[in-house]
Amino acid sequence: MKKIEAIIQPFKLEPVKEALKTIGIDGMTITEVRGHGRQKGHKEVYRGQEYNVDLLPKMKVELVVADARLEEVLRALTAAARTGKIGDGKIFVYDVAEAIRIRNDDRGETAL
Amino acid sequence: MKVLAFAAFCAMAAAQTPPTLDARLSAVESAAKSAQSAGDNGWMLVSSALVLMMTGPGLALFYGGLVRKKNVLATMMQSFILMAVITVLWAVVGYSLAFGEGVPVLGDFRYAFLRGVGSAPNTDYAATIPHQTYMVYQLMFAIITPALISGAFAERMKFSAMLLFTVLWALIVYFPMAHMVWGKGGLLNAALGGRFPCFDFAGGTVVHITSGVSALICALYLGKRIGYPHEQMRPHSIVLSIIGACLLWVGWFGFNAGSALAASGLATSAFVATHFGAAAATLGWTFVEWIRTGKPSVLGAISGCVAGLVAITPASGFVEPFPALLIGFIAGVVCYFMVTLVKHRFGYDDSLDAFGIHGAGGTVGAILTGIFATSLVNDSFKDANGKPLALGWVDGNPGQMVNQLIGTAIAWVLATVGTLVILKIVDGLVGLRVEKDHEIDGLDLSLHGEEGYFLET
Repeated sequence: MKKIEAIIQPFKLEPVKEALKTIGIDGMTITEVRGHGRQKGHKEVYRGQEYNVDLLPKMKVELVVADARLEEVLRALTAAARTGKIGDGKIFVYDVAEAIRIRNDDRGETAL
Repeated sequence: MKVLAFAAFCAMAAAQTPPTLDARLSAVESAAKSAQSAGDNGWMLVSSALVLMMTGPGLALFYGGLVRKKNVLATMMQSFILMAVITVLWAVVGYSLAFGEGVPVLGDFRYAFLRGVGSAPNTDYAATIPHQTYMVYQLMFAIITPALISGAFAERMKFSAMLLFTVLWALIVYFPMAHMVWGKGGLLNAALGGRFPCFDFAGGTVVHITSGVSALICALYLGKRIGYPHEQMRPHSIVLSIIGACLLWVGWFGFNAGSALAASGLATSAFVATHFGAAAATLGWTFVEWIRTGKPSVLGAISGCVAGLVAITPASGFVEPFPALLIGFIAGVVCYFMVTLVKHRFGYDDSLDAFGIHGAGGTVGAILTGIFATSLVNDSFKDANGKPLALGWVDGNPGQMVNQLIGTAIAWVLATVGTLVILKIVDGLVGLRVEKDHEIDGLDLSLHGEEGYFLET
C-alpha cells in the first residue's frame, strides 16, 4: 500500500476529485494548508503598510491506494492538477505499513 | 434704585395690551405645526439612517456571506463604495434629475448642486419636513438600488467596470424611473398628476423591478463564473448572511414606513404591513422547501424573508395587514420556484439571485398592489368633493390593474434596454470581466490586494 500526499492549488480540488472518482477512487482526506515552494508570494497592503505574503493557500489531498493502482492514480492526479505554471504543487508517495478499518477490523488492502 | 425699577415695570405693563384671540390662535397653530414638523423630521431622519443601514452593513453582509471566501471583501466593497459614489452623484445632478419638475420621463436641473434644497419644506413632496431631509431620504434609495444588482455579477466583474456601470445605470435607469413614479409631473405618479397613476408606495417598480431585471441582463451578458454550475460554489458563511438579512428586515421599516414621509398613521400601517409581509414570506418559502426537499434551510428562510419584504414594498402604504400576509406568502412561494426551478431551467448564473428575488418579488408585489390597495388604509387620493377615491380591485376599481401593469412593463423595458446599452458601453471602454487568473485567485486578492480572513495570525 502507498500513501499519496498531494499539495495542489485550491481551485484544482474539484477537478482532482472528479478525476479520481472516474477511476474509482472514492476515499480521500482534504486539509486546507498554506505553503510555498519556488513560487513567490504576493504583496498585500493594509493602510499603507506592505505585507509580503509568501505562504499561499493550498489544498493537501491524502489518500492510500493499493500498490497495483499507484501509477494509474498518480497519472490521473497530476493530469487533473496541472496548469503548467509555477505553484501547481507537489506529490509525495510513502510506504504504508498497515491499514485498519475501525468499524470491523478489516486489515490491509481490504480496509482501503 | 428700587423705586426706579418699579416705575420701569409699571411702564412696561401699561404698554403691553392683552393679546387678541386671533394672535393666540395663530401662536397655538404655529406651535402645533412646529411640533408636527419636529416629530415628522425626527422619524424621517431615523428612516434615512435605517435605509442606509440596509446597504451597509445589511446587504454587504447578506451578499458577502453568499460568495466564496476569496471574494468576500470584493462583494462587500461593491455595496460599500456605492454609499460614497451615489451620494456624490446625487448631490451634483441625481436629486434634480429624479425630483426636479421636468418632463414626464425625467427631471430637470433646477436642483442641480442642491440649489435651493434647504430647510424649508418642499410642499409638493412633503410639507412638514425640511426639503433637505426629503432629499437625503431619497438618496438612500438611490444607493441601495444599484447595490442590489451587484448580486448578479458577483465574483467576476472588474471594480472599474462596476463603478462605471453603476454611475451610468443611475443616470440612465434609476433617475428616470424614480422621476416617473415619484417626481412631480412624472408619467406614472399617482399623487402629482401622472398620466398613468401607478401605486408604488416605496419602490417596487423603481427599486426592485429595475434592479432585479437589470441583474438578469447583467448575468446573461457577463456569462457564467468559471466552473459554474458543475463546480461547487457554496456560500462561505450563512452566518454573515443571516445577520445581513436581519439588518435588512429592520432597515426595511425605514424604507417602507418612512415612505409615508411623516410620523403618521399611514407610517404605522406601512410598518405593520411590512412586518407581516416578511413573516408570511419566510414561512411560505420555508414550507415549500421543507415539503420539496425534506429540510427547511436557514438560507431558504432568510431568502423568503427578503422576497416578502420586496413584494410588500409597493403595497405597504396601501394594504391592510391580512392582504399583507397573503402578498408575502405568495412572494415567498413564487421566488422559491424562481431561484430553484426557473434559474436552473434557463441556466443563467444570477450568482446571488438578485433577479429571482428582487425582479420576481417586485413584479408580484406591483401587480398584487393593484388588487389589494384600499382607501381604508390610504385616503390621500380624493375626488372633487373630498371623498376618498377607490384605489384597487378590492375597492371596486379593477381598472387600476392596467396602470400597475403599465408601470411594471415600463420598469422592465427601461431596465432591460438601459442595462444592455450601458453594458455595451462599459465593455467597450474598460471591459467587464476580470482576467481568468484573477477570477481563479479571487477578487479580494487580485482587485483589492487583501484577504478577508487570516485566522492563523
